[in-house]
Amino acid sequence: MKIKNTFIFSIQALSGYPARTLLVLLAMSMGVASVMLLTSLGEGAKRYVNREFTSLGTHILFVLPGRSETTGGPPPMLGQTPRDLTLEDALSLTRNPSIGKVAPIVVGSAPVSWNGKDREVTILGTTADMFEIRQLAMGQGRFLPVQDPSRGSGVAVIGNKIKKEIFGNRSALGEWIRIQDRRFQVIGVLEKKGQSLGLDMSDLVIIPVASAQSLFNTSSLFRIMLEANNRNDVQAAKEAVLRTIKERHDNEDDITVITQDAILSTFDRILTALTFTVAGIAAISLAVAGILIMNVMLISVSQRKSEIGLLKAIGATGSQVLWVFLTEAAILSMIGAILGIFIAYSGMVVIMRLFPDFPVHIPAWSVAASVFTAQLTGILFGVLPARRAAALDPVLALSRR
Amino acid sequence: MILLSHMDRVFRVGEEEVYALKDVNLSLQSGEYVAVMGPSGSGKSTLLNILGLLDRPTNGTYQLENENTTSLSDEDQALVRRNKIGFVFQFFHLIPRLTAAENVELPLILAGIDPKERKNRVTEALAVLGLKDRAKHRPDQLSGGQRQRVAIARATIMRPSMILADEPTGNLDRHSGGDVIEILENLNKSGISLVIVTHDPALGERARRNIIMTDGRIISDKTRDPAP
Repeated sequence: MKIKNTFIFSIQALSGYPARTLLVLLAMSMGVASVMLLTSLGEGAKRYVNREFTSLGTHILFVLPGRSETTGGPPPMLGQTPRDLTLEDALSLTRNPSIGKVAPIVVGSAPVSWNGKDREVTILGTTADMFEIRQLAMGQGRFLPVQDPSRGSGVAVIGNKIKKEIFGNRSALGEWIRIQDRRFQVIGVLEKKGQSLGLDMSDLVIIPVASAQSLFNTSSLFRIMLEANNRNDVQAAKEAVLRTIKERHDNEDDITVITQDAILSTFDRILTALTFTVAGIAAISLAVAGILIMNVMLISVSQRKSEIGLLKAIGATGSQVLWVFLTEAAILSMIGAILGIFIAYSGMVVIMRLFPDFPVHIPAWSVAASVFTAQLTGILFGVLPARRAAALDPVLALSRR
Repeated sequence: MILLSHMDRVFRVGEEEVYALKDVNLSLQSGEYVAVMGPSGSGKSTLLNILGLLDRPTNGTYQLENENTTSLSDEDQALVRRNKIGFVFQFFHLIPRLTAAENVELPLILAGIDPKERKNRVTEALAVLGLKDRAKHRPDQLSGGQRQRVAIARATIMRPSMILADEPTGNLDRHSGGDVIEILENLNKSGISLVIVTHDPALGERARRNIIMTDGRIISDKTRDPAP
């Protein structure tokens, strides 16, 4: 019996029982589609994080007070350092040749009011360098002016959302707002920009760092954000920061420097693990589909007993019967896999419509892996019924109508 | 051509051993026309299954064309069935989803014969049996007599040396039953051995050799003189 004929015979058998065939195809295609879709979400998350970070520029470093052994992730919440980072620390870093721009950051929350409207807002105190380090863009007006960082001034740049909520459609430029008990003149409105690194840039007010320090009555910094001259200088900049601050802090290593690469690779590891986990969970549905194939094939074998008996009577060998049924299982899982790919890509289109910002992407390896797994389970679970068919006693099989 | 010696076929039913065949000795010449008769459970179907290599004897040997088939492997027995034996069943056993032509073609496909030759042989076989215009019909679109003729076409397509028919007319009306017997007898006249298992004494009368079985034994084996 030639392969082509086995194939034709199997196809005829499958189309002879359409309901059963469709059921198995449905299960198989759903299994394949869910593996592909779930990995595409994981992959999408990875790309999303990647994009967020690289939109900041690729050679950024964060300096946090306190010593931490982590290589990435959020800054330590506990373990306050005995020595704070100060504005002078930040300014001392600007003298290093491998460091380009330095932006000290003070963060706090304070009520902002204008014309009787009042709202609690995140206040970010920083310098003009922040504009380029975070690659901000202005909607109206200008950013903080370049000036001596240790001097405060009564100017403020407000986020897009704050502008809308406080000023509505009116122009905010030149207006005086009150932050706590001090007056600031609005000199610029940030362009609408989404969330970035967990900080909603449209929902804050930016003021000079010295003004923020006096507003919150503190001399310390929340952190320092700095930019190396270029990518190759990142490591040199990191060492320079550690050395400089150590000198200033009585020879004590009491800061943590995080490079963007370290954060990225941590996220990458986490999200890759996550992707594989979801893919593994989805693979269970493939196994379920395999078991369904086995059950349906077993039913098929017992329903087609007389057919199998007849095939043997007219001279089919046991291995020929085995191949007929294995081929059926293989065809089922193959068509199921193809349908699954189709469903997964349609699902991806739907997700892209619903969440245009989220970069869903079905990785090639997941297509290959799910199709391969589908084939494997289909054939693996097809072996038992096929062997049962091959071993069927023709006399018994033919004795019943 | 066929030699069965001291053949037993024992089934185990619970604790009991049931002899479907007991010490059966039989020899058939090629081209013979034999009717096997006897009451239900007398072992005549078991005998037919063993002749057709669908069943293996518990004891004894079966020689087919000077070859001891009892020692053959399952796969080799399948090849013997494919090339030397044709089956005709009471319930036709056609595959319902395949057309008449496709049913007849199956043994040729199993044997791996070229599509072109397959087509020619199927067309010829159907034409001989008067089924030319029924080639594309599925079994449920055929009458009982036509179905049995399709089954006979399938049984003869490999040009076997022996046809084994188990109650071939048992499910047919008198008229189409007569047709089917005539076809089988014509095949026999062309040199193919024919073994028919039947309840019908009238059918038995037509065969030259009559074997009567009871309780797994052959109790009578008569050969009439050839008709003038």
